[in-house]
Amino acid sequence: MKPAASTALAAGLIGMALLLALGALLPKWLQFLSTMSAANGIVSLGIVLLMRGGVVSFGQGLVFAAGGYAVALLANKLGVTDALLLTLAGGAVAALLALPFAPLLARYRGIFFSMLTLALSMVLYGVLVKTDALGGSDGFNMSRPTLLGMRIADAWSGYVLYALAVVIAGALAILARIYFESTRGLVSLAIRENELRVQYLGASTTRVMAANFVIAAFMGGAGGALAIMALGHIEPNFSYWTTSGEFVFVSILAGHYSVLAVFVASFVLELVRSFSNLYFPNTWQMALGIFLLIVIRFLPRGIGSLWLDWRRRKAT
Amino acid sequence: MNTLVTILVDGITYASWLFIVALGLTLVFGVLKILNIAHGSFYAAGAYVAATFVSWFAAWQFAPWLSLVALLLAAVAVAAVLAPLTERGLLRMFYGRDEVLLVLVTYALFLILEDATKLVWGANPYFVSAPYSLFGTVPVAGQAYVGYDFMLIGVALFCGVGVWWGLNRTRIGKLVLAVIHSAEIASSMGVDISRVYTFAFMFGILLAALGGALTAPMISVQPGLSVGVVIVSFAVVIIGGLGSIQGAALGALIVGLARALAVHTWPPAELFSIYVAMAVVLVFRPEGLFQQVQARRI
Repeated sequence: MKPAASTALAAGLIGMALLLALGALLPKWLQFLSTMSAANGIVSLGIVLLMRGGVVSFGQGLVFAAGGYAVALLANKLGVTDALLLTLAGGAVAALLALPFAPLLARYRGIFFSMLTLALSMVLYGVLVKTDALGGSDGFNMSRPTLLGMRIADAWSGYVLYALAVVIAGALAILARIYFESTRGLVSLAIRENELRVQYLGASTTRVMAANFVIAAFMGGAGGALAIMALGHIEPNFSYWTTSGEFVFVSILAGHYSVLAVFVASFVLELVRSFSNLYFPNTWQMALGIFLLIVIRFLPRGIGSLWLDWRRRKAT
Repeated sequence: MNTLVTILVDGITYASWLFIVALGLTLVFGVLKILNIAHGSFYAAGAYVAATFVSWFAAWQFAPWLSLVALLLAAVAVAAVLAPLTERGLLRMFYGRDEVLLVLVTYALFLILEDATKLVWGANPYFVSAPYSLFGTVPVAGQAYVGYDFMLIGVALFCGVGVWWGLNRTRIGKLVLAVIHSAEIASSMGVDISRVYTFAFMFGILLAALGGALTAPMISVQPGLSVGVVIVSFAVVIIGGLGSIQGAALGALIVGLARALAVHTWPPAELFSIYVAMAVVLVFRPEGLFQQVQARRI
């Protein structure tokens, strides 16, 4: 195993263990908040993965909703209740949905990629709103899942979902770090720098971008699955472009250097959101906008660059 | 036959409204290279200010036709106050950054303006339908259509021809074209690009606000206006090719007709017919209909 991979593995496992222990002590609201930030963070991690290749998806709500709806339908119609299985299924369905679009989207860069993904997510939104069998614009509820064949007691349901979210997020974070250091991950970074040169060196840039898109879709679907299991309710807004906008927000806030930063950023967003809802419910979007502007202006490479710079300074 | 005429008339009036808004969007992109998500917020601001002005005019008991002047004044007010503030105060800090990052800057601006409009005008809807009935009804193929809709077509044509003429036949227009082509070279030739940027942004916002002001009498003005508009106008300019005026016109027509067709034949498809049209165009013309293929830089 490469040294980078084993460090990532060790750091990830220790982090997961700490979070699992800490989670039992957290009050209910903070536990739920952390579950949601882990779920949304996974979706943003997918965007960061795409960002490393130089493209930003403004339509990750598409796969988020696809994963969420798939899970809710599996649970309600087919009686699949295992939370772990459902999470993986959510990711798989989203990846399958993304698969036919991947070769098409892989040809686009910059604004066109962003706008096309946005359009795709809005197509799904349009379909969902008008599909009465899926509850139309109201959506529908999902019953509580089980875990590994066990029914989850009421008192523990919050913690079990929290633990599942932490484990899934941790596992995907470790895999993402390993992927970033792999050949294809590094080629992605090179494409961001100069695509034409990468092509002249003999790499297929479209294939790398297509693979990135499908992987990001899996993450989006898994995130959607976790989110709906925590919320217990799904609606077409999962696919709306403002939802996608929040995922992009988190990715920009995090920057594309650090995997950990994605989850920190996601947590910050959830925290800001719930406090704003409490103290200034009418201007929370404004607060979010100002916050985003400040980040873009003064921290253009995201909060991940903070400890990257710090580590570099220590090394020299 | 009747349905066909209805689809055509509906499609074209929708397209005219869309063209006015999308023209502003494409102009701002052409000059400043910013795909402005907040364009929809300026549209909404235009609608709200128009609603306020029209009700003031009504309270002062001005002649009914003056409400049209109120609509126009509203658009000018938004462009004159908000646009320079935004361009000079905010966008200026981010010029030259990555295009996608600029989209996010305008997304932040969109979030801010969204709450700002709610703070100023509250969450209750406004109704100012007085100007809508000014033009009576017009019979076409045995059916009555509202005259105001045809006025919209006229305004859209006027805007399109006006902008084309302004860009190609006037001195300032040629300066703007030079900046569109290459800001760096225009600047070294002595063009004050900073002024061109402000001017172009104001003009783009004027068109957005005008679209909003002209729509205000047709709808109830309430929060959430901006969101739908911006996404649809994105589709229009992407179909037509970013920064192209003919493209915006053709894109608006395609989107308008696709939507009207869906509404009158299969209503559930209304929302996504637009994006399907866009996806189909992009599959065959990745840069949009009127965009020239850019040379790649090594």
